[in-house]
Amino acid sequence: MEISHAKQVINIDAKLTDRINELLSHYPDDKKKSALLPVLHEVQDAHDNWLSIELQDKVAEILGIKPIEVYEVVSFYTMYNQKPIGKYMFEFCRTSCCAIRGAENLMEYTCDKLGVKEGETTADGLFTVVGVECLGACGYAPMLQLGDHYKEHLNKEKVDALIDDCRAGKVQLHKLTITE
Amino acid sequence: MATKILLEHINVPGIKTYEVYRQQGGYRSVEKALKAMTPDEVVEEVKTSGLRGRGGAGFPTGMKWSFIDKKSGKPRHLVCNADESEPGTFKDRFLMEYIPHLLIEGMITSSYALGCNLSYIYIRGEYMWVFHILEKAIKEAYAAGWLGKNIMGTGWDLDLHVHCGAGAYICGEETALIESLEGKRGNPRIKPPFPAVSGLWANPTVVNNVESISAVPWIVNNTGAEYAKIGVGRSTGTKLFSASGHCKNPGVYEIDMGMTVDEFMNSDEYLGGMMDDRPLKGLIPGGSSVPILPSHLIFKTAAGEDRLMTYESLADGGFATGSSLGSGGFIVYNDTACIVRNTWNFSRFYHHESCGQCSPCREGTGWMEKVLHRIENGHGREEDIDLLWDIQRKIEGNTICPLGDAAAWPVAAAIRHFRDEFEYHVRFPEKIKNRDHFVNEPFEKVKHLVARPVVI
Repeated sequence: MEISHAKQVINIDAKLTDRINELLSHYPDDKKKSALLPVLHEVQDAHDNWLSIELQDKVAEILGIKPIEVYEVVSFYTMYNQKPIGKYMFEFCRTSCCAIRGAENLMEYTCDKLGVKEGETTADGLFTVVGVECLGACGYAPMLQLGDHYKEHLNKEKVDALIDDCRAGKVQLHKLTITE
Repeated sequence: MATKILLEHINVPGIKTYEVYRQQGGYRSVEKALKAMTPDEVVEEVKTSGLRGRGGAGFPTGMKWSFIDKKSGKPRHLVCNADESEPGTFKDRFLMEYIPHLLIEGMITSSYALGCNLSYIYIRGEYMWVFHILEKAIKEAYAAGWLGKNIMGTGWDLDLHVHCGAGAYICGEETALIESLEGKRGNPRIKPPFPAVSGLWANPTVVNNVESISAVPWIVNNTGAEYAKIGVGRSTGTKLFSASGHCKNPGVYEIDMGMTVDEFMNSDEYLGGMMDDRPLKGLIPGGSSVPILPSHLIFKTAAGEDRLMTYESLADGGFATGSSLGSGGFIVYNDTACIVRNTWNFSRFYHHESCGQCSPCREGTGWMEKVLHRIENGHGREEDIDLLWDIQRKIEGNTICPLGDAAAWPVAAAIRHFRDEFEYHVRFPEKIKNRDHFVNEPFEKVKHLVARPVVI
């Protein structure tokens, strides 16, 4: 993925700082670099789901490591976005088990409906559709990942409803939702 | 009637919470181990049980534990591998999502056996809601006194945390997982030194799969000898299989090792046969990395014996006519599945997931993907099939970690068992180009094409 030069407003607020400190407390004092992956997740979630170079520098500063140590990690792992993406990223699993249950056709349908190609974002900045590799929901195919959650056993009607819910602002992306 | 060890309480309402889990007899193994057993006795029980690593390699867990370096005096760590990313496998997620305290109990008992004071669960980043479930469960365990300082007044301390990855299949390889846990790129390390000597932060480390660790509480409670009574031969205990693809009832099932593949596939209690009653074409019994079996080798081995759900029976016949139990990702294909497209799909996966350290894997997986892509899209050449065979053979065994082998085996098996389908693609490109993605009409067999046997 190419590096974006778009500007990002950086806001590490008190709540995020508390969460980062909690994550840092999970590792020995001289091994704080270990917290890098979880911290990047939290920071990305709080910043429109992408990490600009400036934001990565900020993370390096918080963890007391060199910026390059953050860049090399961000560019390795697929879940970190290096450029702005849509508010709702539909990540369709397209590996074998999902593909044989119609994931490719469903992704095509979604792209056509939103008027984008795979990997593109809609003009209003709301939706991005991407194909990703196995998400570990093979028995519940076809499926997609949206924020922290999986949407499984999909069909065209369910995708339509999901898009409508997103447009109506009814979808929680990163809120913790544990149902007992 | 199959024994239920891991999923015994899965249907109890509220089993996700500490209170209900404890009411069902949870955390008994911690009490028993800490009060009545020495760490070495716990290791011995696990050795006796014959429990083998459930992540895919099937290495005996007790033996792995006994390798941990206790002489150096360095801090020791147990890391649970919950980076489940093998296509076809979703059993660990099921365990962690629905009965998270089982894994935590197993982590505590196992950490005690290994003498660890700091342990981690490494979960893949995509399972973010499961990460939150585990975080909550760990907090409950701390509050109940099962974690923290001076557990049960024994003077033994344990801290357990959950750590998330960020979308890299390679981090399921234990040394890559350790690198990732250190906040680095997931590049596998050269072994030796093995993690048991120099793992996380250069300390002695054991990395175990979720399912292996979740079996430990039962083994400690009921003794290893009881566990070893379940199953056949060296395949002891129960195993979770996650079934997907064209079967009637996809999902996660716990079975006794030694059930026949026929029963698992066709009985209503399990997969219930084929979806829409279409014919069975192929089966991958242990996740995408293991060889695909054609229909005539699924229920019977080449020797004509019943094929059983065990490490040995699924591997019977080697790679020529057998496969492997792997991680238990059971993928069923019916006659509408195109083997060439499926193999291309897997190659794309491995190309995408290769970390790029070793040239044979980095270049070879991409090359195979390209060749398969052109065959699938009607631009293939006859010699491409032999070229694929050649590439996969040169990747296998020539890389630091097993991802190279895992990328090579599916291609080899597809050509070995379904060469006629590759030849059909090459010779009738027009028919191939005009198909739907994963064809809803069955692959058209051509009578005059006879597959050439492949010499290994």
